[in-house]
Parts: sequence; structure tokens; C-alpha cells
Amino acid sequence: MAVLLEANELMSIRGERMLFSDLQLSVHAGEIWQIVGPNGAGKSSLLRILAGLLTPQAGSVAFQQNPIAEDRETFYQNLLFIGHKAGVKAELTAIENLEFYAAVQGVELHEPPYEILAKVGLVGLEDIPAQGLSAGQQRRIALARLWLTQAPLWILDEPFTALDVEGIALLHTRFAEHLSAGGAIVLTSHQELITELYQVKALTLRYQH
Amino acid sequence: MWRWLHPYAKPEATFALTQKLIPWFALPGIILVLVSLVWGLAFAPPDYQQGESYRIIFVHVPSAMWAMGFYVGMAIMGVIALVWQIRTAELAILAIAPVGAVLTFISLFTGAIWGQPMWGTWWVWDARLTAQLILLFLYLGVMALYVAFEDERAGAKAASILAIVGVINIPIIHYSVYWWNTLHQKSTVTRAITRLEAPSIAPEMLWPLLVSILAMLLVSIVLVLMRLNNEILRREIHRPWALAELGITLDSSAKAHNDAEKKNVEKKGGADAV
Amino acid sequence: MLTANKGSTFKVFKQLVKRDIRVASRQRSDLLNPLIFLIIVVTLFPLGVGPGPDILGRIAPGVIWVSALLSSMLGLERLFRDDFRDGALEQMLLLPVAVEISVLAKILVHWLLTALPVLIITPLLALLMNLPLQAWGTLWLTLFLGTPVLSAAGAIGVALTVSLNKGGALLSLLLLPLLIPLLIFATAAVEAAVAGVSPAGPLALIGAFMVLCITLAPFAVKAGLRVSVN
Repeated sequence: MAVLLEANELMSIRGERMLFSDLQLSVHAGEIWQIVGPNGAGKSSLLRILAGLLTPQAGSVAFQQNPIAEDRETFYQNLLFIGHKAGVKAELTAIENLEFYAAVQGVELHEPPYEILAKVGLVGLEDIPAQGLSAGQQRRIALARLWLTQAPLWILDEPFTALDVEGIALLHTRFAEHLSAGGAIVLTSHQELITELYQVKALTLRYQH
Repeated sequence: MWRWLHPYAKPEATFALTQKLIPWFALPGIILVLVSLVWGLAFAPPDYQQGESYRIIFVHVPSAMWAMGFYVGMAIMGVIALVWQIRTAELAILAIAPVGAVLTFISLFTGAIWGQPMWGTWWVWDARLTAQLILLFLYLGVMALYVAFEDERAGAKAASILAIVGVINIPIIHYSVYWWNTLHQKSTVTRAITRLEAPSIAPEMLWPLLVSILAMLLVSIVLVLMRLNNEILRREIHRPWALAELGITLDSSAKAHNDAEKKNVEKKGGADAV
Repeated sequence: MLTANKGSTFKVFKQLVKRDIRVASRQRSDLLNPLIFLIIVVTLFPLGVGPGPDILGRIAPGVIWVSALLSSMLGLERLFRDDFRDGALEQMLLLPVAVEISVLAKILVHWLLTALPVLIITPLLALLMNLPLQAWGTLWLTLFLGTPVLSAAGAIGVALTVSLNKGGALLSLLLLPLLIPLLIFATAAVEAAVAGVSPAGPLALIGAFMVLCITLAPFAVKAGLRVSVN
């Protein structure tokens, strides 16, 4: 399978502390990588470096052999990143939020994405400004983007937080679908991913003093 | 040990270099300060218009000049810090800013003291004074932004950006302030000031002035280098080389350390070539 | 193998503008407050210095412009603050267009929402301050050319301070010195018009300053945002 994302000799220092160095990671199409490690080990920092939000102190990240800093347009057309903060505007309804992200990612919507919102369990809440919804429900709006996107590479920071059992199962199904379609996922999660739908590869970060 | 090699070798090297440089600036600096002050205050002839009070220019002019110069230097460090992500350049901003701000303040303060006998008032909205006051605000902004961040490196980057934005804007600010001043020149005071701007200065006054300008530069550089070294030491205090650096000073002041520790210190500190 | 569609730069720009205007339209009080502040400050001056029309007319350009500067500081934080809190800012940096383009969209929306109302009530301010009629047009032009500077330079300041808890006072300290040329050129233009002289010179300078700010600010904003989202 083709290499989608490749990280070479990454090093990250936050404040005065070395998080990791000499980190290598090759994400192939069809793979899901879980970044594992204790709090403060640099999981989120690694994801942000992979997404190009944070510049590593050393090393480089390449998407399909091209360094991400050089061709950011191609990279971000092919990347879906959902961080700690969901990026959902509280003043807008679920539909409006999704329509915005679909449009800027170049996805054509022929009708409002009711079906997708129904899938993530937001039936009847489509037209309420997101500030009226619970944290879990807001999170679901952000995750609904997973059904809208055509990006092959997903980078997800703790996608399972604030989700109930049903929501977690739903996410697993979507992951499996994405992987079999030739996509790839890099994510962090506190709990182990227990599923028979796909094989998880793990990258462990240790807390360094 | 290998983990610190890549970016952290740099502050160590800089520290060693500045330690070596400081005496080369400090000694001529002190000598020139003494020369320029004695020459300027005691031997230069009094001004035919201002009498003795003009002698404050031997402090006022150099500080005003280098206040601007150090801002530009700080912005250059900002570019280096942003483009090459060099730690020492970030610390240099922190080292330069207060020195520059104090220079600016000295020029304003001496300007006010000079203004009182000359113009009969402590403050006039003279173009140079105003521009200098704005420069002080710019310095304060950079310093305030630097320390406002919890993550120090983020603060350094933010301060770098601000310093660069400021340095692009400074010529415009200067131009606008001078233009504003000529536009509003109604009071007799400001006209008196412009009249005082002698087109030529007597060589007996010019030479000590030039010496004092050089002296101010050297002394300010020494202050910046010392501040830089302090900042480097503060950041690196838990690194072996920094401990060695401090250990050596402890050692020479009180020989209370045992031999084993001493050896350890020497072994690690050897590479620093202090 | 999945492939992504190519969205055009202009489309992303348009979407950002549309979304931000929609967001702002649902929190209208935020928009009104700086405007009311501006009117009140301008109202306070005649109360402070006395209602003599000759004094008021003479200080009008300065008072209106200083008040406009201060009131723009009030609403400035909105430019990126909410986006920073809810993660939309992060997503903005990940859009498949140059960050500078997205920043320009934010600046444009901010200008539309804060400067346009000021431009509409300018005659009211001129009236309150007894500005001679022949200078009204010039005052409006200085505000028209100068307010984009406030939005663009303001964006730099907000980008640098948005991640700080108490960025407000710091923001003014960073920005006001940088905006001094604008204040000088603008008041000079209006004063020239009051005196019956052509204000073309200072107006051209404001225009040049505006072009400089709008072209260079996005780069500084981008750098500032990258520091702040980390």
C-alpha cells in the first residue's frame, strides 16, 4: 500500500522539556495508528505536528512524498483534523456548521446533510444553534464531518471523548469503512480501541523527564 | 546527553563566546565613558548660547541615538529567532529590550532636564521628544508581550513579530511625527528649539560627543551581553554545563568542595572553554 | 483510493465571510456596544470643554478620531477570540488555501461589521462636534480610508494576544503607538479641509498607509496566529 503520511526524525520540545526525538512514523493507506502514552507525553503535540499546526524543532513531515510545508493546499485538501476543540461555531446550527465545512473542503452538498446528522444521533436538533446543545452533542456535530469528507487522511485527537456506547460503536464502523476505502487514520485515545473491525497499530510515547 | 545536542548546544556556545567578549567591550567602554565625561564636562568649551547647560548632550545624544539603534538590533534578532528558530536570538530580545527602554528613558529624562533651563518647560511636543516617547511605548509593548505568555518560547516568538512590525512602522511614525510638528508649529517654544539646532558644531565639542557616543554603545553592549548570559544561565540551570559554570565560581570563592565533585565539574565544564 | 475535490480559493474566502457575518448577526449586542461607546465619548467632549462652537469645531477632527480609535479597541478582540476558544481558528489554519487569504476574509468581515456603522453615523458625530460643513466629506473620507488600517493592524495585535487571558489592556499598548501615523494624517486632512486648504496630501498618505497595512498585515497575522494556537 502507498505511504500517505511520513514523519522523519521528528523532535519536539515544549517549554524546556523534550517530548520526543528521532520519531519515525509511516502511515500507509488502510492503516489506523493509535498514539499511546501518559498525559504530557506529547500525544497532542505529535498530532499537531503531523497536521502542520506546530513546527517541530527538528525533522519533517511529508504527505505523499511532498513536505507538507511546500504544498499545503494539496495536503489540507486531503486532511481532516479534529482537535480537542471541535471547531463548531456555537451561534450556528448543526446544519450550518456542516455546510460550511463541506463547502470549504470542496464537497458538493445537494441537500442539507440531515441524513448524516440522523446517523450521529442529532435528529430534531438540526436547526438549533449549537450553544443549546450538550458537550457530547456538539462533539457529534464535529464528528459528523467524518461522513461528509472525502479526505483520505484523518487526524483525530481523542475522538471518543464525550461519546456514549452507541456513538463509539458508530465511530468504529465509520473508521472501518474509511480504512477499507483506502483511507488512513492517526488518532489518540485514552481507552484501548476494542473492535474486531480493523487492526490497530500503536505508537507509544513515553513521558521524558 | 545526546538529546540536548541539537538545539541546546547553541546557548552553551553563545555563553562561552559572550563570556570571552564581555571584557573586550567592558574595558574600552569604561575607559571611554571616563574620557568622554571628563573631556565633555570639564574641558570642552561652554556653548556661546546655552552656557554650561548644553553639557548634558554628552549623555542625551548618545542615549537617544542608541535607543533607536537597539530597537533595530532587537528586530533583527526577532527575524533570526523566527526564521531559524534559534533559542539564543529569542533570549537576545529579552536581553536587549530593557536596555533599549532604559536608553530611551534616559534620553527623555535628560531631554526634560535640558528643556527646563533652555525652554522654560519640562516637556514640549517637539518632534524628537514625541518620537522618542513613542519608541518607549514600542519597547514597553515588546516587553509586556514577551512576559505575558506562560510558554516562554511562544512569548519570544510573539515579541519577535511585534518588534518586526514595529521596526517597519518606525520610519512612518517618525515621518508623521516630524510632519505633524511642522504642521502645528505655532508656539514660540518649538520655534526656539529649531533655532537652537546649530548647523555646525565646534570640533572641541564634537570630539568628546563622538567619544561619548562610542562609549555609550560599548557600555550598552556589555549590559546586553551580561543580561543575555544571565538569561541563558537561568534557562539552562539544570544542565551540567551551567552547573559547572556556577560551580566554578563557587569553587573559587570557597574551596569547600571535595575533590570528586571538583573533578566532575572540570570534566563537564572543560568543553565550554571558559 | 479516496481523492479530495479541489475547492477554489475564492469559494473558501466567500464561505468564511458568509459564516462570520451569520455568526455576528446572532450576537448583535456585541456589534452595537462600540458604536454606542463612540457616540457617548463624542458627546462627553462638549460637556467637558464647554459648548462654544468655535472650540468644538477646532478640536472636532482630533476628538472624533481619538474616539474612533478607542472604540475600535473595544470590539477588536472579537476578531479571533471566539474562534480561538471553540477551535474554529485552528480549523481556519487547516483550510486548503493560503492562511493570508483567510485572514483577509476575517479582516474584511471585521471592517464590514465595525467600520461601516461608524461611516454611517459620521454625519451625526460631525454635527455633535460642530465640525464646519466643508470638512464633513473629508472626515468621512479619512474614516473610509483609515478604518481598514484599524482592522488590519488590529488583527496583528489580536493574533498576538488572543491566547492570553488578559489581553485587553495589552492590546491597546501594542496597537496605539503603531496607529499614531494614522491619527496624525487623518486629523491633518480634516484640519486642512476646515481651513479651506486641499486635504489631498494627507488623504493620499492615509491611502498609502492603508495599502501597506492591508498587504503586509496578513503575513504578520499568520505568524501571530501560529504562535497563539500552539
